[in-house]
Amino acid sequence: MRPVLYVLSFLALIALGFWAYRENYATQGALKEVESLQRQIVGLREALTVQKAEWAYLNRPDRLRELATANFDRLGLLPMEPSQFGTAAQVAYPRATLPDISFTQDVQGTLSTDAEGL
Amino acid sequence: MRTPLRPLARILHARQEGLNPDSIEKENLKLRHEAMREKARGRAQFRLLILCASFVMAFGAIGARMGLMAATEPMEPRASAPGAEIIAQRADIADRNGRVLATNMTTHALYAHPKVMVDPKGTAQKLAEIFPELDPKALERRFTDGRSFVWIRKILSPEQMQKVHEIGDPGLLFGPREMRLYPNGTLAAHVLGGTSFGAEGVHSAEVIGTAGIEKALDARLRDPAQGGKPLTLSIDLTLQSTIEEVLGAGMGMLNAKGAAAILMDARTGEILALASLPTFDPNDRPNPLVDKNAEPGDSPLFNRAVQGVYELGSTFKIFAAAQAMELGLVTPETMVDANAPMQWGKHKIKEFEGKNYGPLLSVTDVIAKSSNVGTAHIALMIGPLRQQAFLKSLGFFEPTPVELVEAPGAKPLIPKKWPEIVTITTSYGHGMSASPLHLAAAYAAIANGGVAIKPTLLKREGQTTGVRVMSEKTAMEAVKMLRRVVTEGTASLGEVPGYEVAGKTGTADKPKKSGGYYKDKVVNTFASMFPASNPQYVLIVTLDEPQDDTLSETRRTAGWTAVPVAAEIIRRVAPLMGLRPKLEPVAVDAVTAASN
Repeated sequence: MRPVLYVLSFLALIALGFWAYRENYATQGALKEVESLQRQIVGLREALTVQKAEWAYLNRPDRLRELATANFDRLGLLPMEPSQFGTAAQVAYPRATLPDISFTQDVQGTLSTDAEGL
Repeated sequence: MRTPLRPLARILHARQEGLNPDSIEKENLKLRHEAMREKARGRAQFRLLILCASFVMAFGAIGARMGLMAATEPMEPRASAPGAEIIAQRADIADRNGRVLATNMTTHALYAHPKVMVDPKGTAQKLAEIFPELDPKALERRFTDGRSFVWIRKILSPEQMQKVHEIGDPGLLFGPREMRLYPNGTLAAHVLGGTSFGAEGVHSAEVIGTAGIEKALDARLRDPAQGGKPLTLSIDLTLQSTIEEVLGAGMGMLNAKGAAAILMDARTGEILALASLPTFDPNDRPNPLVDKNAEPGDSPLFNRAVQGVYELGSTFKIFAAAQAMELGLVTPETMVDANAPMQWGKHKIKEFEGKNYGPLLSVTDVIAKSSNVGTAHIALMIGPLRQQAFLKSLGFFEPTPVELVEAPGAKPLIPKKWPEIVTITTSYGHGMSASPLHLAAAYAAIANGGVAIKPTLLKREGQTTGVRVMSEKTAMEAVKMLRRVVTEGTASLGEVPGYEVAGKTGTADKPKKSGGYYKDKVVNTFASMFPASNPQYVLIVTLDEPQDDTLSETRRTAGWTAVPVAAEIIRRVAPLMGLRPKLEPVAVDAVTAASN
C-alpha cells in the first residue's frame, strides 16, 4: 500500500510542477499582452487628442466663415438673422395629391346615394 | 532502558558490606535527575536554535526584499487594470458647449550631446539650414567648447523633426514634449492667456500658464486628481467669434485704436463672450512691451474689457437715477432742475456741446437726454455716503472677481476724498474709473431685477444667489428709462427691431498723463441689455478713440460709434442664442399652397 502511495504522490508532484510551469508562462504571456495593449492605448489616446485638436482647428469659426463665403454660390449660407424666425402660419401646406383623371367626360346631375350604393 | 533506583545486586552487596543501601538509591536518583536535566536542556537549546533560525530567515527575507527594491529601477506594475489612472496632462479648456478652446499635443524638443557628435561643424550648418533663426557659428561654438549637453529647440514640427532625423548625427536627440495648442487661433485670446514651459527635463517639461485663465486656474488645470476633465468655460465659441468679427469691423470703420465687448448672462453673471481688440495669437504669444513710455493699452496683450480702467461717462447716470428711485426721493416723472450750466463752488457743470435741456426735466428725460446737470441734482439729493455705499454694493470699489490673472490688478480708480463735487462728477461717470466688466456686472444687477451678481468665466449650473441691491420695481423702472434712451434718446441707432434694446451711452474724454483731458480723444461706451421686457443679456461695447467721419462732420459721441456697433452685435448674436424677435412676422394673406 505504502509504495503505491509514494508513486502516486510523486506523479502528483510532477503533474503539479508541469501545471505551475505552464501557468508561469501563461502569466508572462498575459502580462506581455497587457503591456502591448497599454502601449497601444497610449498611442491611440495620443492620436485621439491630435484628431480632436485637428477637428477643433478645422472647425474654427474663422475657417467656417471663409468656407461659407467661398462656397456661397452653392450653399447660399448667410449669418443667422432675426428675420429667419418664422411662425407656423408661414409654413406652406403641401399640395394635396389628386388621383389621376381617367374620364374626360363631363357628367352633370344628382347622385342618389341609395341607388349608387355610396 | 530505565535503571532501577535500588538494583538488588548492589543492595545485597551493600548490606553484606554493612553500608547504608539508601545511599545507592540517592546516587541513582541523582544520576537519573542529571540525565533528565541534560535531556531538557538539549531540547530547549534545539528550540532556541529553531526560533533563532526562523527569525534570521524572516528578517533576512525582509532585508533581501528591501535591498532588491532599493537596487532595482522603479517601474509601473505591469498587471494593473487601466481606467482610473492618473493623467499627468494639463486639462483641456472647453467652451460652454464642449468645443475645444485649448488642448495638448505631443511634440518633441531637440537637444544635443556634443561629445558623441560625429561632425559638429556640419551638423551646426545643417541645423541652421532647417532653423533659420539659429546662428551656425554660435551653434558650432557651443558644440565644440567641451560641454556635454546643449538645448537646441523647445518645439519641433513633424516636418522639422524628419529633417533633423535626416542629418543623421547620433549626437542629436529628441525629448517628448506636451505642447499647449489653441486651435481657434486669436479667438478669445485674452480669456485664455497663454502658457510656457516651466521646469524642463529631457523626458518631459511642465506646461505652466502665463496669463489669463491659464494662469489664474493653473492649479486646477494641472491637478492630476481631476483626471484630465476639461475645464468648461461660460464662453460660447460662436458668440465670441461673431462678436469679435463685428467688433473688429466696427473698430476698423470708426478708426478706433482699440475696442472691447462683453456679453453677459444677466441672471447668472456668466460671461458668454469677452473680446478685446487688438488681439494676439496665444499659440505664439508676443512679448510684453518694454518701452517705458508706452501705454499698457498699446500692447495687444492688454485686456481692455478687464484691465482697461476708464472713466465710463454717462453710463453711470442710471445708477444715480435708480438709487434715487429706490430711496423714494424721485419717481420717473419727478421734475428735477436741469438748468445748464450749473455752478457748484468754482466748478461749472455743462451739458454736451453747451446745450441746455432745462429748466426742468423729468428723471426719465434726464436719462434719455443724458443731462449732466439733471443727474448732478439727483446725486445731490442722494448724498455722498449713500452714493458710495450703492456703488460699492454694485462692485465698483473692488477689482472684479473674474477668473483671470489680470483681474485682481485692475483696481478701479476711486477718488480718495468724496466731497459733493465728486458726488456730482461720479453721478455722470467722471472722476471715477472702472473697467467695462465692472459696468457689465452693475448693469446685470439692473437687468435681472436688482440682484448683484459676480461675473464669472466658468459655466454655472442652476440659479445663482446674490445680494439684492434694489427692489424689482426700481430695476424695472430703470430698464424702462434705458429703453427710452434707445427709442427716443441718445442711442436711437441702437434699435434692433424685435429685440427691444435698452441701454445708455457714455462718452468720456481721455485723461492726459500730464493731467487734464484730451479734446479729441474719447472712450465711447454703450451699456445695453435686451430684450427690455424681460432682460436676459447685458452687452457692453467700448471703443477707444473712435471717430465717425462718414458724414460731413467728425462725430465722437457714443451714439454715433459704440451704439451702431452694439446694435449690429445684438442683431447677429440674439438669434444665435435662440432669442425670438418680438415682432409679428409679415402677415400672410392666406394659407399659401405650394408644391413640395
